[in-house]
Amino acid sequence: MTTEIQEFTLDELKHLFSPAALTGETMVLNMGPQHPSTHGVLRLIVELDGEKVVNCVPDIGFLHTGIEKNMEAKTYQKAEVMTDRMDYLYTIGNNLVYSLAIEKLTGLQSPPRSDAIRVILSELSRIQSHLIWIGTSSLDLAAMSTFLYAMREREMILDIFELVSGQRMMTTYIRPGGLWRDVPAEFESAVRNVIDILPRRFDEYEALLTNNLLFKDRTVGIGKIDTPTCLAWNVTGPTLRATGLAHDQRKDNPYSGYEQYDFEIPTQTAGDIYARYLVRVAEMRESVKIIRQALDRLPYGPVSDNNRKYVPPPRSEIGVSMEALIHHFKLWTEGFTPPVGAVYSAVESPRGELGVYLESDSGPKPFRVHYRTPSVPLLQALPLMAKGHFVADLVGIIGSIDIVLGDADR
Amino acid sequence: MEEYLQSAVNELAQRCGGQGSEFRGEVTVMVPAAKIIEACRILRDDFAFDMLPVLTAVDYYPRKDGRFHVVYVLYSTRLRYYFNLRAAVDESPAEIDTVEGVFPSANWREREVWDLFGIKFKGHSDLRRIMMPPNWQGHPLRKDYPLGYEEVQYTFNYEEIDVKKPHGER
Repeated sequence: MTTEIQEFTLDELKHLFSPAALTGETMVLNMGPQHPSTHGVLRLIVELDGEKVVNCVPDIGFLHTGIEKNMEAKTYQKAEVMTDRMDYLYTIGNNLVYSLAIEKLTGLQSPPRSDAIRVILSELSRIQSHLIWIGTSSLDLAAMSTFLYAMREREMILDIFELVSGQRMMTTYIRPGGLWRDVPAEFESAVRNVIDILPRRFDEYEALLTNNLLFKDRTVGIGKIDTPTCLAWNVTGPTLRATGLAHDQRKDNPYSGYEQYDFEIPTQTAGDIYARYLVRVAEMRESVKIIRQALDRLPYGPVSDNNRKYVPPPRSEIGVSMEALIHHFKLWTEGFTPPVGAVYSAVESPRGELGVYLESDSGPKPFRVHYRTPSVPLLQALPLMAKGHFVADLVGIIGSIDIVLGDADR
Repeated sequence: MEEYLQSAVNELAQRCGGQGSEFRGEVTVMVPAAKIIEACRILRDDFAFDMLPVLTAVDYYPRKDGRFHVVYVLYSTRLRYYFNLRAAVDESPAEIDTVEGVFPSANWREREVWDLFGIKFKGHSDLRRIMMPPNWQGHPLRKDYPLGYEEVQYTFNYEEIDVKKPHGER
């Protein structure tokens, strides 16, 4: 046995390519995994006829870290820290969906204040993920300056995450039953400051891109996909909404009180890169609307469930209550034990439906955690969108579906 | 249970011998592994479940009969219902029919289950490993696959330790 990693040979993959590839009529070319346009470590084996893509075979798994296996070896609280590391652009949502699954399993209730803060943070997280997307995907299409502006605005949002949790990206702020702790007093003014600035900045990006002829040349009519194909291949999120179907977990199966807020689900019908761009920009504006409403009616009160069998007591209680001390000790040494059963809960990530399948055997460690991540179906459908386009457009298409390889490989 | 989902459960019980149950508002039907394609087809064609968001597996290790459960979560974009299907798979042969023909998106999900659990999908068009390298030994998400605490293999005793090392392939 060797420790060397072997690769698939062309002979093992020949059923995926056309017969012309084997005779040398078309060229089989490797793209990635170390390639800046693949947004991480994605490898594509591309079959080319001249400069036209005949077929492409995505090869994932370069970022596979066995998080699902590792979570089975940790208690529920400790396993949550790993969820941040999957979709590293929507860390808040990864915590949220895991907490929602545990809440469904155990019957914990997140109080209204915690729900509102969850909504604010996950919408901020959506905006910062879309900002990365607008920057990197336009960079792929040679629009350099948008990237620099988008990173500047993203920094303001990361500062808010640092304010509430002490961490810029891997926050682990949302916990089963509520939040880690209440937000600091400056939170409200800090968020208001950001959401006052953001819409003006979105106008700036749109001025750079929306009517830019060079940008439209590279995006309109490229990478088309239609609704039935999306459903068959399980493609969700902005890519599906750009084909005309308003499928969004926030409206369809509301969680964390999304049903209280007044917002639209932007859709387009063309299903190409440009339509996805329009959907995402409109979504950022809707997110700002949601955050403003949530801030206006941010209720006061506790930020986590009071069930001490699941939620650790606050520091102030530990000093004065023997029970609190015992609960604290038991929760951090042994963990909590939810009832036997399996649940599935899903949220809307910036890329699509992000779900958790969680199974408990009444032990303190999750028996099975499976993350249903939106990037996998998006990558699976990539060949359908790329066929017949130029290699340069393939780069644009990868950018437009907004994949995160940490999310796909887990 | 909603009337609509109840009628789907009844239909599956009648035509595939499925057993329905409900937990925390989620409907789950356990179907025999041989009937999985038919069950998916009934749900897709007659009950408008047009998406397959989740296809994964669970390992109940020391058990020999029905060691694995393959879990299918279906979703209807029109009616906004989730529906869970489960099928028990024995330790050997660990195999079940592919549902690729009903939901094309199952292709990669089934490759993932094959890679990480070692469940073979009969009739799958491209059953290769997807997460692990092609020459990997064993299937990591099986419960008998070790997670750390292994004897360290150096170059001088690599083969010696490799013989007694559990690979999760039993």
